[in-house]
Amino acid sequence: MLEVKNLHASASGREILKGVDLVVKAGEVHAIMGPNGSGKSTLAHVIAGRPGYEITQGSVLYKGQDLLAMTPEQRAREGVFLAFQYPVEIPGVSNVYFLKAALNAIRKHRGEPELDAMDFLSLVKEKAKLVDIDESLVKRPVNEGFSGGEKKRNEIFQMAILDPQLAVLDETDSGLDIDALRIVASGVNQLRTPERAIVLVTHYQRLLDYIVPDIVHVLLDGRIVKSGDKDLARELEARGYEWLEAPAAP
Amino acid sequence: MTTVATETDLYRADFEAFAAGRPATDPSWLRRQREEAIARFQERGFPTVAEEDWRFTNVAPIARTAFRRPAPGQAAGVRTADVTALGLGDAFEDHPLVLGGPHIVFVDGRLARGLSSNAAEDGLRVGGLADLLSCEPERLEPHLGRVVRAAAPSFAHLNAAFLEDGAYVIVPPGLLVDKPIHLVFLSSRGDGAAPTLSQPRTLVVAGRGSQARIVESYAGGPGAAYFTNAVTEIVLEDGAVLDHYKLQRESAAAYHAALTAVVQGRASRFKSHSFAFGGRIARNDVQQIFAAEGGECELNGLFAVAGEQHTDTHTVIDHAHPHCTSRELYKGILDGKARGVFVGRIIVREGASKTDAHQTNKNLLLSREALVDSLPQLEILASDVKCKHGSTTGQLDPAALFYLRSRGITEAAARSLLVSAFASDIVGRVGIPALRAALERHLRQRLPGLRDREIQEAVL
Repeated sequence: MLEVKNLHASASGREILKGVDLVVKAGEVHAIMGPNGSGKSTLAHVIAGRPGYEITQGSVLYKGQDLLAMTPEQRAREGVFLAFQYPVEIPGVSNVYFLKAALNAIRKHRGEPELDAMDFLSLVKEKAKLVDIDESLVKRPVNEGFSGGEKKRNEIFQMAILDPQLAVLDETDSGLDIDALRIVASGVNQLRTPERAIVLVTHYQRLLDYIVPDIVHVLLDGRIVKSGDKDLARELEARGYEWLEAPAAP
Repeated sequence: MTTVATETDLYRADFEAFAAGRPATDPSWLRRQREEAIARFQERGFPTVAEEDWRFTNVAPIARTAFRRPAPGQAAGVRTADVTALGLGDAFEDHPLVLGGPHIVFVDGRLARGLSSNAAEDGLRVGGLADLLSCEPERLEPHLGRVVRAAAPSFAHLNAAFLEDGAYVIVPPGLLVDKPIHLVFLSSRGDGAAPTLSQPRTLVVAGRGSQARIVESYAGGPGAAYFTNAVTEIVLEDGAVLDHYKLQRESAAAYHAALTAVVQGRASRFKSHSFAFGGRIARNDVQQIFAAEGGECELNGLFAVAGEQHTDTHTVIDHAHPHCTSRELYKGILDGKARGVFVGRIIVREGASKTDAHQTNKNLLLSREALVDSLPQLEILASDVKCKHGSTTGQLDPAALFYLRSRGITEAAARSLLVSAFASDIVGRVGIPALRAALERHLRQRLPGLRDREIQEAVL
């Protein structure tokens, strides 16, 4: 589904990704771990198409297409979803109605019939249960006045509504207490399907106790330096990142 | 100085002709007011950027244009069928002329009887000033020209010098007026010889304990060059409640100068909603004063300009008495090379304790070349008061833009959605559904990304 090859990306002239290789197949859950500043969020942003990054080398194929050539909205319509580390507050814009417009744009793109208000609202009811989010909350302005935990739950709620094929979750666990973490993890687990690929970007191993990944990667100084199964995450928790030396530049 | 003298001399000469042509029935107090006003105008001249209150707005293009006063009688015969011929078709269509209540229409500053309907509720008096001046001037004498202060912009004195027509709304004490009263000021293309100058005056007297809603609309034919120099005087007697709306949609080639002067009695409540979209140069002054205790005043405003437009708002809220509350929120949206000015002054006079005043100005710049000057000013001369003011100017939040796009919303739609969301709290305060719908329609026209109905629905 996703094939990242020798990806180099810079922001404001500073190289952050220095040759990332990553292959994610449908049905798999990958965790990308690494210390602060290793390039985890940059990788998530580049996949979603956030402006401000310069791709200097390499390629990203998504379902065989050149992902980097697409606008963020095209990527979303093709089934890419990013759960933000810092979901943005947008006063004056309705969370559910903007989602309805987004979902119908995606459905139209897929050649599926658009949902009317009734069908959409019953979808909202159903998916709100998934992350135990109050229905009145999702009808408010986008993220405005939401607590940290509510924002993260809203991200997973949006993911459930938009039904992506590739979901990248950027530090969805950060700032959550254990109860909120369980709720979010349970929501994500219910969204694990054989058709969907999920990439979890995280700093801590804790999330991976609840969402067990198929493959764990360590990102260090802009490169994936080690990959393994879920036990690698435990090892990182116990030993830190220091034992994995950043490889010398080629 | 010589140029200033020449410009005002022309108006002085025109004034002599105007005064000589006035009927003998004009009351002497009005004649005296006009004389004083032309003298004051001549002494002050057109404002220049050397004056503190005008340093951001250069009105030289207005000063050097030879405008023509439309001949009397021209407007009276205008009927609905004529509006297209006057180049007013679009302006007319976009305006919900009938908001359910009486509507008084002026063409080039004079009452257009054929377009108006003053079928009003019991006791409410609405109509053309010229009519009332000729039959019951004593009804106007206590208030007309007395709300505007000597320190008002010299444009207001120019308006006073040529005062002959406009609208009056007299709400008797205790009357609760249900339906909105619509005052419509249209400017025609004129005869092509010279751009038209119209100087309508509006007087609103909200009697003790009364309640009413008034809408002033200004519009002109697309591309028409003309100058509207309007003055509105509003008196709220004790306990009166008045909602005032102003919708300024002048043509993009027009000049618009307007003063809204408001005096509030004890425990009265005044709400103003000002929308300024049109004009090549537009200047909007609101000068309010609490003349007694316990009043409440709310000023809401939205200006949205693009291209080469220049729009300037100056407001004054004068807490001259204790226990009054004011809330002010003005927002600006500027695109192209447009320039905006917001200067909001709040004065808390000595002894005006327990004053509670908030003022906020927020501006959104949609292009690199757009510019706004924002100056909130607080002058506090009393103790035991609560005052707060703030001003922000910025561009569309790139993080919000990306957030919306990452969900599948196109860039154009996301931009329009964010602009519309920025304006939505001001538009949302409009309490007249037909007017709100017209404003939303106008914003949609300006924001192409909002054409999709589903995107429209996402605006709260």
